[in-house]
Amino acid sequence: MNMVEEALHELSAAQAPDGFLERTLRACGLRDSYAKVATPIGDYFVAWRGNRVSAVSRADKGLDSFLGWFAEKVDRSLEPAASVPAAIRSALLATRGQGLSYDFGQLTEFEQAVLRKTLEIPRGEVRSYGWVAREIGRPGAVRAVGTALRHNPIPLLIPCHRVVRGDGDLGNYAGGHPELKKDILTLEGLDLGWLEDLARRRKRFLGSRTTHVFCHPTCFHARRIAPDNRVEFSAEQEARAAGYRPCRDCRPVAA
Amino acid sequence: MAPEELTQWLARDLDAGFEEVVRTHQHRLFALALGMCGNPHDAEEVAQDTFVRAYRALKRYSPQRLAELKLAAWLSRIAVNLVRNRVRSRRPELTLLDGAEAESVEVPERRAGPERTVLARAGVRRLAGLVAALPPAQREAVLLHSVQQLTYAEVAGALSLSEATVRSNVHRGLQALRARAGWLSEVS
Repeated sequence: MNMVEEALHELSAAQAPDGFLERTLRACGLRDSYAKVATPIGDYFVAWRGNRVSAVSRADKGLDSFLGWFAEKVDRSLEPAASVPAAIRSALLATRGQGLSYDFGQLTEFEQAVLRKTLEIPRGEVRSYGWVAREIGRPGAVRAVGTALRHNPIPLLIPCHRVVRGDGDLGNYAGGHPELKKDILTLEGLDLGWLEDLARRRKRFLGSRTTHVFCHPTCFHARRIAPDNRVEFSAEQEARAAGYRPCRDCRPVAA
Repeated sequence: MAPEELTQWLARDLDAGFEEVVRTHQHRLFALALGMCGNPHDAEEVAQDTFVRAYRALKRYSPQRLAELKLAAWLSRIAVNLVRNRVRSRRPELTLLDGAEAESVEVPERRAGPERTVLARAGVRRLAGLVAALPPAQREAVLLHSVQQLTYAEVAGALSLSEATVRSNVHRGLQALRARAGWLSEVS
């Protein structure tokens, strides 16, 4: 064999540099990275893969607890990154997760449907577990919705804190202590005292005398009703009997 | 793992399957890129970019198309196109006027990367430079056939050429390499 064939043969035996596999998989978005982000309500760990967020967790229980949880629930390797992608960071700081992509990995279709629907609830508003169940076409699965949200792997960005009990109680919170749910909702501009007062008086909907539309109390249309034109309703039938129709944006009752 | 098993894995689970694709094809693709670029720094960039583009493309493929894919030839084609486009978008390198064209492709290394045995050997390093200096058609044909170890038919498919053209390009490329290798060993 002459020199050229020999050298070509050796060239074909060249090895990719050390770490090439991992670097390439990360560039393809097939590896998760994580970093810590400081927010107005405390420090969070966030994990992402490519441009998709795969997990968010409060940092108060420590890094080991986060890594252990990720290994168990997501079951992929996770590596520290020097910084968080700007879009993910600003979404966390503003609790606005709607513009991001998510990696729901191992979640069931039902759980994914619950999380996607929850993502639609606007900042500064709340909905009930029953509303989420109805909207995803599983009106009987209210408890299952609660369970799915309790295991939300991406709290804060997927705003499970905006899903509350129908009776005005705020309910459980996957992202940490129930008090934290109050803090986040207050940060988002919600008047919890006012909401509790409505619930205590069993008022579930607000209507506008000018448009004859009724809404969830926190719907942005409801908040724009002038005090003189605002009507409170306890039940759908009461609102309909008074000649009101449900809001098309917050969809307070079944279609 | 047989090529068919790998493509069937891709069709079943793209993410897990693709990890195996990178694991299986990384060294040969790196060797191909090394032959085209002539230095390990650019070669790593090209090889990585090839996999990133391949993954993005595969995401849009139907399971049936995935299962029928000829991975080695397909990846080679992506790498070849990447290098062609890189060359086009880059300013031509300075060529010397005294006819020492082989020397002009010796790109200085920007960092001391974790080079393996092969690159440490002057013969292969010099050859990579010589291969990189071949006319593109001969270079691609030689590398896909001799380094990537595709058949003439596979090379023809990957480069959208006739088999006869590929045979002639491989032959002429090897001849040119022999001539230049001889010339180099004489002067050094």
